[in-house]
Amino acid sequence: MTVLAVEGLRKSFGGVLAVDGVSFAVEPGEMLALIGPNGAGKTTCFNMVGGQLRPDAGSVRLAGRDIGGVSPRRICRLGVGRTFQVTATFASMTARENVQVAAVAHRRGTWRPWRSAADLERPAAEALLDQVGLAAQAERAAGVLAYGDLKRLELAMALAAEPRLLLMDEPTAGMAAGERVALMRLVRGIATGRGLAVLFTEHDMDVVFGVSDRIAVLARGALIASGAPEAIRADPQVRAIYLGDGRTGGERPASGGRDC
Amino acid sequence: MGFLLVHALTGLAGASSLFLVASGLTVIFGVTRIVNFAHGSLTMLGAYVGWTVLTRLPRDPAWFALGVAGTAAALAALGALLEMGLLRRLYRSPELFQLLATFGVVLIVQDAALATWGPDDLTISRPPWLRAYVRIADERFPVYDLVLIAIGPAVLACLWLLFNRTRWGRLVRAATWDREMVGALGVDQRVLFTSVFALGAGLAGLAGALGLPAGSANLGIDLSVITEAFVVVVIGGLGSITGAYLASLLIGLLQAFGVVLIPKATLVLVFVVMAAVLVLRPNGLLGRGGAPTALAGTATPVRPPTRGMLLGWGLLLLAALAAPLVAGPYALSILTEAAVAVLFAASLHFVMGPGGMASFGHAAWFGIGAYAAGLSAQGLGVPMPGALLLAPLAAGVAAVLFGAFVVRLSGVYLAMLTLAFAQIVWAAAFQWVSVTGGDNGILGIWPPAWASGPAVVYLLALTLCAGGAAVLQRVLYSPFGYALRASRDSPLRAEAIGLDTRRIRLAAFAVAGAAAGLAGGVFTFVKGSVFPGFVSIPHSMDALVMVLLGGVQTMAGPVVGALAYTGLYDGLLRATAYWRLVLGAAIVLLVLAFPEGIAGAVQRRLRRA
Repeated sequence: MTVLAVEGLRKSFGGVLAVDGVSFAVEPGEMLALIGPNGAGKTTCFNMVGGQLRPDAGSVRLAGRDIGGVSPRRICRLGVGRTFQVTATFASMTARENVQVAAVAHRRGTWRPWRSAADLERPAAEALLDQVGLAAQAERAAGVLAYGDLKRLELAMALAAEPRLLLMDEPTAGMAAGERVALMRLVRGIATGRGLAVLFTEHDMDVVFGVSDRIAVLARGALIASGAPEAIRADPQVRAIYLGDGRTGGERPASGGRDC
Repeated sequence: MGFLLVHALTGLAGASSLFLVASGLTVIFGVTRIVNFAHGSLTMLGAYVGWTVLTRLPRDPAWFALGVAGTAAALAALGALLEMGLLRRLYRSPELFQLLATFGVVLIVQDAALATWGPDDLTISRPPWLRAYVRIADERFPVYDLVLIAIGPAVLACLWLLFNRTRWGRLVRAATWDREMVGALGVDQRVLFTSVFALGAGLAGLAGALGLPAGSANLGIDLSVITEAFVVVVIGGLGSITGAYLASLLIGLLQAFGVVLIPKATLVLVFVVMAAVLVLRPNGLLGRGGAPTALAGTATPVRPPTRGMLLGWGLLLLAALAAPLVAGPYALSILTEAAVAVLFAASLHFVMGPGGMASFGHAAWFGIGAYAAGLSAQGLGVPMPGALLLAPLAAGVAAVLFGAFVVRLSGVYLAMLTLAFAQIVWAAAFQWVSVTGGDNGILGIWPPAWASGPAVVYLLALTLCAGGAAVLQRVLYSPFGYALRASRDSPLRAEAIGLDTRRIRLAAFAVAGAAAGLAGGVFTFVKGSVFPGFVSIPHSMDALVMVLLGGVQTMAGPVVGALAYTGLYDGLLRATAYWRLVLGAAIVLLVLAFPEGIAGAVQRRLRRA
């Protein structure tokens, strides 16, 4: 069954219509890339799916259940993990402890004020860190990790909650080109192996075309194309947006809100 | 009608006085981001300097105005010196350390004023023009109050012109938004900051001198003024001058009418209004969002205790247990107080360090525990163990009820709301004489026969307080403790992994409140009495000083800080009459030398070695 189904999503900030009637869906084991120029509305879409923002209109359905406007905490409990565009981790804890806290929260083990936390979920945390390539950094404080490593750490924390949907907002920013493809291949493997649905944004087109099953293209808040990578590569509208067609503002691209 | 009008006018005059102090405080905060605790002390110095100047001048209006202006100028100069000598070195320190340094200045100024002007209230003789009245609606109204009413809006207008119509004002406003950018544009920020501080101090001096004809220069001005000014600035919105004026009007009128309506509860009324405003508008009436949140500085990693550290704690505890074998009754009484201080400091550290909530009114929970123990033991005849159980219970319940408001806020606003709540508790203890005995307190609450004698009392206090502190430590290394730090480090991430950050913060607040309440309950039986002083601002500051001295981000900090502070305090108290001066100077020097606290500095040395 469809993991995430977004329909007619709309959000404006003051007079700016940031997202205008966007619809898409993600199936289990599928990776959908949301691409588009800066300011296209990608992060706003993400924040509405993740619960950080309440949509003005439209619906967000997770496995059939409407989660529009539900708090991030509840959305997490319903099986959505996410990484942020600007990483958010716990600076005063080691990488391993970061993942442990996430795993303990997932297992509802937080409200135990008397148990020592040192060994809780430790093997699971170490396995996840190993999986994302952070084993060597496990005992370093998150506050001193390099930016690319923080992105990996966020991935491990999101995976610790065993989500069915993973939202990744620019997961490879701050990484070297080779690392980017390797990390997203890793996500690709997990998605296929566990049947995890992944929605991600990315500026590196090698990554986008290398790992995603389908691509949705946003421009000025509206969805202008979506489909398999080859089709997107050939789409004249997409080419116009990425290569430039002389229009810099004002008129909105013609076809919006096409379903995928 | 006439009655209402006169009270409204009295309220407006009060509002002007409040505004003069609050505008200086808010101007300083807006630009330098320093919460200047010494602002009340500057006002107090304004009153004293004003007295010295005005009593030497001819007593006609022109000379009076000149004397007041001269006083303001003198305080402005003093403010500039204070900024250049002390605060300039602290702009990069965490805000709480700046606050601590200014609290040190409060102590220094207290004793300096005492030494210079003596303990008596000083008044100026009032010539006829200062005693003049006008008749307003059949009531006599002082002309001087009419002048005060006019001064408030006049100062507001001057400040507005200064900040909006001069190049200096534009630079200052730019610096409020982005200091580095202003520096990059080639403006010497140091001059800018010094001049802003001088302006604020000058306004404080003006307020102090103008308050003389209707009042006096006395040693209580500093804390009473700073409390009111904090309330006004927080209600108005930190950094907003217009907001400060609106809030001054609100509080001035509230006080004028409150005295008529509920004379015994004016203090409570003021703080209830403040709490209500902060709940509805967390940034004050005209405040902008983005109040500083990282009061205690950047988070550093916290390591679980090593074997060596545990061994050290064990040895310290053994030594403490063996103390009655060697220590005399006096030393034991100091050690007993130190034990209570350790739990008090540890409970504040719990919410402030790992919880990230800097409480300025932690004495509230200590006091509620103390009064709960005292009232139940004396009024209801509850035996000591029961009373010692009621103390943390009462404080914990109160902390849950009040914490529900607190955990919505952060940073300076949170600090101010906790201060406000502590003042409400203090006012209740002070004004509700029939229950609490008011200023006389509750006396004669002694432990039963089996627990009397300094050695037994000491061991009892040590067991309960060290035990309480150990429990708090243990909780910090539990999943809950990690979740608490997670909520402080990144609320965004904490919510995204399914943590209920508000509930976690509230639970931490309640635990800390209960622990402080236990400390208060124990202290009641140690002292045999309870006084409103247990809930006072200086007592809350004691806890802050102990935690900050020890270091907020180290788990050993509160213990080290409590022991160091109790020792310092006791030694000073015995050594000199001017203990405040020495203590204040010691705090200032410690802040300058160890911006991350004693235990923090030691830890860093150890790491490096």
